[in-house]
Amino acid sequence: MRFTIADLKKGEKGIITDSSSENIPLKLLEMGCLPGNEVHLLQLAPFSDPMYLNVNDSFLAIRKETAALIVIEKING
Amino acid sequence: MGKQLNVALIGNPNTGKTSVFNALTGLNQKVGNYPGITVDKKQGVCKLSRGVKANVLDLPGTYSLNASSLDENVVIELLLNKNDKDYPDVALIVSDVETLKRNLLLFTQIKDLKIPTILVINMSDLMIRKGISLDIELLEAKLHTKIALVSTRKNTGIEALKQLIESYKTISTEPCLDTTLIDEDYFQSLQKAFPNQDVYKLWLVITQDANFGKITRQELDVSKFKTKSNQELKRLQQKEAIKRYQFINSILKEGQTIDRSKATGLRSKLDRILIHKVWGYVIFFLVLLSIFQAIYDWATVPMDLIDTTFASLAEWVKVTFPGGGKVTDLVAEGIVSGIGGIVIFIPQIAFLFLFISILEESGYMSRVVFLMDRVMRRFGLSGKSLVPLISGTACAIPAVMATRNIENWKERLITILVVPFTTCSARLPVYLIIIALVIPDGSIIGLSYQALTLMALYLLGFGMAIFSAYILDRVLKTKHKTFFVVEMPNYKLPLLKNVIITVIEKTKTFVFEAGKIILAISIILWVMASYGPGDKFNNAESYVKEISASQSTSELNDQIAAFKLEHSYIGIVGKTIEPLIKPLGYDWKVGIGLVASFAAREVFVGTLATIYSVGSAGEGENIETIKTKMANETYADGTKVFTLASGISLLLFYAFAMQCMSTLAIVRRETKTWKWPILQLIGMTAIAYICALIAFQFLK
Repeated sequence: MRFTIADLKKGEKGIITDSSSENIPLKLLEMGCLPGNEVHLLQLAPFSDPMYLNVNDSFLAIRKETAALIVIEKING
Repeated sequence: MGKQLNVALIGNPNTGKTSVFNALTGLNQKVGNYPGITVDKKQGVCKLSRGVKANVLDLPGTYSLNASSLDENVVIELLLNKNDKDYPDVALIVSDVETLKRNLLLFTQIKDLKIPTILVINMSDLMIRKGISLDIELLEAKLHTKIALVSTRKNTGIEALKQLIESYKTISTEPCLDTTLIDEDYFQSLQKAFPNQDVYKLWLVITQDANFGKITRQELDVSKFKTKSNQELKRLQQKEAIKRYQFINSILKEGQTIDRSKATGLRSKLDRILIHKVWGYVIFFLVLLSIFQAIYDWATVPMDLIDTTFASLAEWVKVTFPGGGKVTDLVAEGIVSGIGGIVIFIPQIAFLFLFISILEESGYMSRVVFLMDRVMRRFGLSGKSLVPLISGTACAIPAVMATRNIENWKERLITILVVPFTTCSARLPVYLIIIALVIPDGSIIGLSYQALTLMALYLLGFGMAIFSAYILDRVLKTKHKTFFVVEMPNYKLPLLKNVIITVIEKTKTFVFEAGKIILAISIILWVMASYGPGDKFNNAESYVKEISASQSTSELNDQIAAFKLEHSYIGIVGKTIEPLIKPLGYDWKVGIGLVASFAAREVFVGTLATIYSVGSAGEGENIETIKTKMANETYADGTKVFTLASGISLLLFYAFAMQCMSTLAIVRRETKTWKWPILQLIGMTAIAYICALIAFQFLK
C-alpha cells in the first residue's frame, strides 16, 4: 500500500521514497523533502490540516493536499 | 570620501538577517522601493575603517535562487545582473547556527555564481546550549569562503565581520559544485549555444523563466534555447537540490557535530500549548484582545494629547499673527490641523507594530498561520490576515500597514481591500448619534434595541469584509501559482533593537509617504469648506442679519457659520449631489456631511453641528442640541428628514462606504498604485449606495 505524509499520525515517522510529483512546490524540495530523508509528524491542526513536520532539520507546516503527494515508507515503533 | 563597496545580505527568512543588518548599519538605514513592485528595499550604510563605507542592501529572505514570489525574485534579478548599481562586491549569507544545512543550499548557489561570499553564522552564542560544535577552519576550506561567527543578541563578532567585508578581495570565488554534473549533455549544449556565458547563470535564467516569469532586467535571451519541457526542468531542479545536499552533507559530516541530547525542548513545550487544539485558540484570542485594547484604548491617551496640542497650536498661530488674514487662516486651520490629522495616527501605528514585531520576532506569528490557515484560506485570506482585520476595528490605517507581513501577494491584497469594511472607531460617533436619533428606546430580553443595533453594525462590517474577501478570491487572478509552505521557526526572545527600529520605520513611512496625500486632501477640503463663490458667501453676515433681526451674538454667529457653510464650495457640492442621495433619504445638509466626512468620518457630526447652527460641537450638551435639531429637521412639506428609514440607510452607508482619504492614501502607499484605492473607493461606495437605497426604499 502506498503511504504518504498525509497518512502519518501525530508522532509517527517515515522515510521519503518519492517526491517527484509535479505539484510539489520546489521550495519544499529545497527545504529537504527529498528521497532518503526522514519525516517526523509533530502536530496537526484541527481536521489534520495543516500538518507540522520536521524534515532535514527544518520545521515546516504544509497543507494536507501537499502532504498527500509525498510518498513515504513508514517507520514502525 | 573613501571608496564605497556594495554588500548584499542574503539568507533564509528567520535567520536573523535583519538583526545583522541592524547591527551593521544601526539607524543609518532607509526604506525605498524596487521600481514597479511592492517590495521594500532596505539599504543602509556601514562605516568600515579608514573612511571606507559599505552600502549594505538587506535583500528579501529567500530559501534558494529559485523564486516563487516577487520578494524572492528581487534577489535573483539582482544577482544575475552585473550592471545593476546595487550588484554586490561581496555577498553575506546569513544562516543561524541550527539551520546551517538548509542555509548552505542557498550559500552554494550564490557561490556558484562566482560572487565573493562570506558565510555569517548568527546566534553562535547558542552553540554550546544546543550541543553544536563547528570546525570553522575545515568548513572555510571546503566551502572556499570565510566564516564569521556572530551573535546579534550578545553583540559579538560584528567587528570581525566588518574586517572580513573590508578584505573581500581576498575571498575565493571558486564555485562549490560543478553544476554541469546535473545533466552533462544538456549543460554542454547550453554552453555551446552561449560560449561566453557562465553556464550556471544560464541555467538559472532558464529555470526562472519556466518557474516564475521572465527576468526583466536580464540582457541574456535564452528564449531560442528550449530543449526541455517544464516537467523535465523541474526534475533537473530536484536533481540539483539532491546534488547540493549530497555535497553539504558530506562537508557537515566532518565539520559539524551535534549532540542531540543537549537539544532543549523549548520548542515542543511551547508548541504543545500555543498550537493546542483548544488552548492555542484561546491564547490567540487573548493576544488579539490585548492588541485591540492597546490600539482602541491605550492609544487614546497620546491621541487626545496630540489633538489638544494641535488645537492650541492652531489657536496660537491665529493669536500671534492676527494680521495675516487668509494666510494665517490657511496655516492655522488648513496646514496645522492637517498635520495634526496625520500625527494623530502615530500612537495607533506605533502600538500595533510594537505588538506585530514582537509576534513576528518571537516566532509566534507562524503558529498563528498554522492555527488559522484552514479557516482563512476558504476566504482567500492568510492566517495572518486576522491581525489586520481585528486592528481595523480601531483604525484601518495601521491595519492596512500591518498586512505587510503577509507574504503571499494575493492574500495581502485581499486583506488590504476588505479591511476598511470593519467598523473603525471613527464611525462610532456617527453611529451613536444616528442610533440615538432613530432607534427607539426599549429592550428585548434585557438588551436595548440601541445596543443591539450597534452590535449588528459591528458584525455587519466584519461579515462584509469576510464576504467580499470570498468574492475577491474568486475574481482576482494571479500570475503565479502559490503554495502553502510555512517555516515554523524557533521561539526567540524578541530583540528590543529590532522592535524599536520596526516601529520607527513604520511610523516614518506613514508620516512621510501617506502623510503627503492626507495633508494635500485635507487642505483642499478645508479650502472648500472655508471659501465660496459669490455674494452670499462673502457677505453672509449681512444676509443673516436681514433674516433674523433680534438675536444674541452667539446665536447670530452660529447662524452666520451655517449660512457660510451652505454657500461654500463644499455646500455647493452637497447641494449638487442632492438628487443623487435623495433616493437614499438624505437632504443636501446630510450631503455636505457626507462630503466633509472624507477628511475623517467623525467630522460628519461636527459638520452637521455647524450646519444646524449649533456652534462648535464636541461637548456633551452640544451633542444633545444637535440631536434635538436633527430630530426636528423637516423637509418643506413637513415630513421629517431623520426617520427610521433614512437613519438605517445612513447607518448602512457609513458601514460600507469608503469615505476616508487617509485609508486611500495608505492603500496607495502599500499597493504602489492608484488602481486599488480607486477601485476600493468606487466598489465600496457602490455597495454602500445600493444597500442604503434598498433599505430606505423598503422601510420608507
